[in-house]
Amino acid sequence: MKARHKRLMFIVVGLGGLSVAAALVFNAFQSNMVFFFSPSDVQASQAPANHDFRLGGLVEEGSMKREDDGLTVHFVVTDRAQTIPVIFTGILPDLFGEGQGVVAQGRLNDDGVFIAHEVLAKHDESYMPPEVQDAMERAKQATSASLVSSESK
Amino acid sequence: MIPELGHFALILALCVAIVQGVLPLVGAQLGYRSWIALARPAAQAQFVFVALAFACLVYAFVQNDFSVRYVAMQSNSLLPMMYRVSAVWGGHEGSMLLWVLILAVWSLAVSIFSKNLPDDMVARVVAVMGLISVGFYLFVILTSNPFDRLLPAALDGRDLNPLLQDPGLIIHPPMLYMGYVGFSVAFAFAIAALLSGRMDTAWARWSRPWTTVAWLFLTLGIGLGSWWAYYELGWGGWWFWDPVENASFMPWLMGTALIHSLAATEKRGSFKNWTVLLAIFTFSLSLLGTFLVRSGVLTSVHAFATDPERGAFILMLLVLTIGISLALFAWRAPKVGLGGRFSLVSREAALLTNNVLLIVACAAVLLGTLYPLLLDSLDVGKISVGPPYFDAVFLPLMAPAVFLMAVGPIARWKQASIPDIVTRLRWAAVVSLVMGLLTPILMGEWGAIRSLGFTMAFWVMSSVFLIIRERVIKSKNTGNVFNKIIALPNSFLGMCAAHFGVAVFIIGVTMVTSYEIEKDMRMEVGDTVALGGYDFVFEGVSQVKGPNYTAHRGQVVVKKDGELETVLFPEKRIYTVQTMPMTEAAIDTGFTRDLYVSLGEPVSNGAWSVRIYYKPFVDWIWGGTFIMALGGLLAVTDRRYRLVSRVAQALKTKKTKDKLVDAKGSAVTQES
Repeated sequence: MKARHKRLMFIVVGLGGLSVAAALVFNAFQSNMVFFFSPSDVQASQAPANHDFRLGGLVEEGSMKREDDGLTVHFVVTDRAQTIPVIFTGILPDLFGEGQGVVAQGRLNDDGVFIAHEVLAKHDESYMPPEVQDAMERAKQATSASLVSSESK
Repeated sequence: MIPELGHFALILALCVAIVQGVLPLVGAQLGYRSWIALARPAAQAQFVFVALAFACLVYAFVQNDFSVRYVAMQSNSLLPMMYRVSAVWGGHEGSMLLWVLILAVWSLAVSIFSKNLPDDMVARVVAVMGLISVGFYLFVILTSNPFDRLLPAALDGRDLNPLLQDPGLIIHPPMLYMGYVGFSVAFAFAIAALLSGRMDTAWARWSRPWTTVAWLFLTLGIGLGSWWAYYELGWGGWWFWDPVENASFMPWLMGTALIHSLAATEKRGSFKNWTVLLAIFTFSLSLLGTFLVRSGVLTSVHAFATDPERGAFILMLLVLTIGISLALFAWRAPKVGLGGRFSLVSREAALLTNNVLLIVACAAVLLGTLYPLLLDSLDVGKISVGPPYFDAVFLPLMAPAVFLMAVGPIARWKQASIPDIVTRLRWAAVVSLVMGLLTPILMGEWGAIRSLGFTMAFWVMSSVFLIIRERVIKSKNTGNVFNKIIALPNSFLGMCAAHFGVAVFIIGVTMVTSYEIEKDMRMEVGDTVALGGYDFVFEGVSQVKGPNYTAHRGQVVVKKDGELETVLFPEKRIYTVQTMPMTEAAIDTGFTRDLYVSLGEPVSNGAWSVRIYYKPFVDWIWGGTFIMALGGLLAVTDRRYRLVSRVAQALKTKKTKDKLVDAKGSAVTQES
């Protein structure tokens, strides 16, 4: 009888602890998930207003401007269909450049400017971030689809 | 000619591995002596052949043989010699060859250092490792052959990725693989136990040192990787929760659970099933790590889906390993629950709780690593879970685990009493609470979480001090305190060192996350900036030329109270072959702080954007990891493993005597 009580105790304590831990993990997961959006997604208002998200695409040629403080950088991210202006303050990763793929994390301000607090680096110059690749392809498909539909009209 | 020789040696190694994997296993099941006896020579022959293959590849790199495709992809005639050698494992094919080489090294080690394990046990262990080798030889030969020729030969190579041209990266992958692959020994012991039905405390004693050695290598490997990321990636972080890092961290968490569970199995005969299951999971996670890093699934799920050859092969190996071993477990696992009985308050309970916490932590990392991949492969959406998720999960899981790190070693096996534990740990509680409150005040800024961090660190440190003190007081040895400490069993001292290392690590992490100062700014020549009590003077940038790169080298003079402290030379390099820019940070390392300077970009006439960090106690992070690994090393040199491995047969008669000694010095029963 006593041994059975003890085992029951073990199981109750164990399950209790595990469910607390599981709740903790899933809660943390829920609240820290960061979604990825392309400029087209953002223009279609799919991106969350008051939550961090990742924006990816190419840095548009000729769009990069540096403020006098030497640290605040303005540039435009494009997926060749839509564009989003971005502001970042800080030191950019080594392989950041115009015409290159980029992924930035941050949120939109009221003027529709993306305030990035992190710009992610690539590890070599021939590598395109997969999200960016995908976003470019989706934008391309969307434009060609709309072209086709406008032609068929 | 030499590359073909290497290729041929690799195929021979595969053939020997097949013999090693099949015959001893069948022999052990059916009792054929001669087949069992094949295990050791087969493992040794396999090592000779794969070592030869590896040497051939090294030779091709040293000789700049750009008719070998892999050499042409990874090396360059301008590459300095030591990086030509480390470039052997700088790419996919070569690092897989290193993987099988290290697996062969472990098989060889088992075949040599197992002189008095029963022959059938050795045969099974070596055979299971042989079977794993077969899988990976097939993988290398069929999908990732490093000896493939390139016709016509390239004039020069594409050069090694500049990020990998670093001393840290010469030893990091071999260390990491020693750890990853080393868990295959623990796995093989577990499978051998299931096959033979022999799973007693002697079995745990055999497999324990092997597991500890694998764990210590993995610890070193992860530590080195983190240190490399810190100084090489140029933004001073030491852990990014990147999937590649997680891939090595998951087996570490599971392996840490395993070595603690093995302790209970060896000492008390408890948790047998649990230990076997952990050994299976630990190695499976090593394989999962290999899959994640080597299949390309992290770079792009879709690239993996369109070119799945390599990934699918490792995935198949993974599924086979997990499937077969779990099926075997379900079929053969002893039906004895948790083994020896113990109460809710006991060392077993503490170990079990810590095990569960480590496994939940591991599962949380697994979720954060795989779930984004899963969503992506189902085309549901692209998400990422960054450091905030892992931080939010780890603190509440690790705080109780660290709390129990002090309680476990002091609690008695089977049945402990809370008042007894409280009495023995009361000073640790006082010291840690006082220090936890005072340290943040001394450092200048108080915060609840940092205070908790310091409390935890001092809690573990002072508990380590207390258990050593208890042992010394009880010690029958003559001489001074130092002699008495030295005379304590190495496995006990190893446990103390490893726990102490965790405390050192926690101090480093808490200090650096709470008190680091970072400044990104634009600096003109002659500009001075004050940070953390130091003055940094930017004295401009000059051009320098390296063997295979050109660089802008900045000069930053650091002063403290007007006195010269050091001069730092951060660089911005352009590697000529790949035209890839690289930030080379300059770091002044100190016991209580690092000063870290890296160059951003040229802004305008001579001014640069510069990043300066003041990082208090950051080296304690790697110091702590190193002490943990040292603890592992100390533990495996324990006399009782040597006793077992050298003279066990001769000592059989003396065993009863030893038991008496054990009973007298309660020391042995209280070991970790």
